[in-house]
Amino acid sequence: MLRLLSFALFLAIWWIAALLVGGAKLPSPPAVLQVMIAEASSGALFLHLGATLARVALAFTLAMSLGSAIGYLMGRVKVADRLGDPWLILLLNLPALVVIVLAYIWAGLTEAAAIAAIAINKLPTAIVTLREGTRALDRSLDEMASVFAMPRWRAFRHVVLPQLAPYIAASARSGLSLVWKIVLVAELLGRPNGVGFEIGVAFQLFDTPRLLAYSLTFAAVVLVIETLLVQPFEARANRWRPRAA
Amino acid sequence: MRLEVDITGKTFRSAAGGTHEVLAPVKFALQSGEVGVLIGPSGCGKSTMLRIILGLDHDFAGHIGRPPEARIGMVFQEPRLLPWRSVEQNVRLAAPDVVDAKLAELFRILELEAHRDHYPGELSLGLARRVALARAFAVEPDILVLDEPLASLDDALAGRLRDEIATLVASRPVMTLLVTHSLDDAVRLGDRLFFLSPRPARIVAEVPIGIPRDTRGEAEIAAIKASLAQRTQGDRTEPDAS
Repeated sequence: MLRLLSFALFLAIWWIAALLVGGAKLPSPPAVLQVMIAEASSGALFLHLGATLARVALAFTLAMSLGSAIGYLMGRVKVADRLGDPWLILLLNLPALVVIVLAYIWAGLTEAAAIAAIAINKLPTAIVTLREGTRALDRSLDEMASVFAMPRWRAFRHVVLPQLAPYIAASARSGLSLVWKIVLVAELLGRPNGVGFEIGVAFQLFDTPRLLAYSLTFAAVVLVIETLLVQPFEARANRWRPRAA
Repeated sequence: MRLEVDITGKTFRSAAGGTHEVLAPVKFALQSGEVGVLIGPSGCGKSTMLRIILGLDHDFAGHIGRPPEARIGMVFQEPRLLPWRSVEQNVRLAAPDVVDAKLAELFRILELEAHRDHYPGELSLGLARRVALARAFAVEPDILVLDEPLASLDDALAGRLRDEIATLVASRPVMTLLVTHSLDDAVRLGDRLFFLSPRPARIVAEVPIGIPRDTRGEAEIAAIKASLAQRTQGDRTEPDAS
């Protein structure tokens, strides 16, 4: 209920601002909705949205799985941590734009280059979060598993993974929001489709309604994925914790 | 089956660079069916000794003789349950081969039947301790290690839990190593008592108790305690006892 109210407030502020500023700079909500419907009925909206979502899904999966594995390794093995740390700091501080531009130059304006560039931007934060999670693992539970001679996989699944789950969820959430942002830049710079490409076109034409139509649809999709996928996973990971903590 | 402990020394290097001796040479052996009790002041190195015996700490001088196939059941000082798994899952994860009847029996003895599906966070310390006991017994251990299993419980509960431990230990041939600072627990549960000195720990006295566990009445227990108290007091008056 509160969420709905907050959304209504957002629409109201937008509408008032649109009336004050004028339609050329900030079109009113109905004007944007009209473009959305037109784009949707021509199919272009879904095509571009689909292309972007596919890139996000691929890059996110790649970065999360690779980043989690590397982060776990660095948290467990001191030598790996020492070896990997300088790379990690470099990657963390490398601007997304540099990675994207270099990827396009080195690998051409290809799908692989775009996905790799997006994944590389997300990778270091996944590593850092999972490394922290691994460092925070409860040693006393490891000892328990070892004394009771639990097979390695069972210990990982029941002792280690539940402890990492909140970190994985946190990393997924922050990572997803990062990927949402970067994917558009990658598309703007070197892809012939996707929401980022459309926003680029709209920018060149100073077509604000179109720009807003695409970005707001995109934001709505992000919101839906967050509430339907990421939040339930987080809740599940924390299910065993006492309530109201 | 036999457990041979022969630790010749254990030092700990502190962050400041100094070395501290945690354990002096310690040597003893236990047979199947025996309950050995390690008694000593807190901080004397009992837990370190246990970690070495359990194979969790390899950085020591000496040798531990323990059949590699020996199954270990352990009750840690803190219950060390998995907070994200239910009581029953906690037990089953440590003892995947346990049959339902055996598990039901254990839960009945330890009065955990009503708590099978609870999570450890919902249990009191006393209940969590009992789950830890159930887990240790469910693996049908060859070696049972109990590290202060009754610490920080009130007397009535500790007494009941102690009786439950005695019942369970008597129910199957198992070699038990109990660590405690309570003389009462030691005399009621043990067959052989090893008195440890303050840090670095060494065995100052090894006292076998002749009367079998199940025939020890309150009078015998009081008598044993009295003779032990005399002995330890005698130690204290000796100027170079430690």
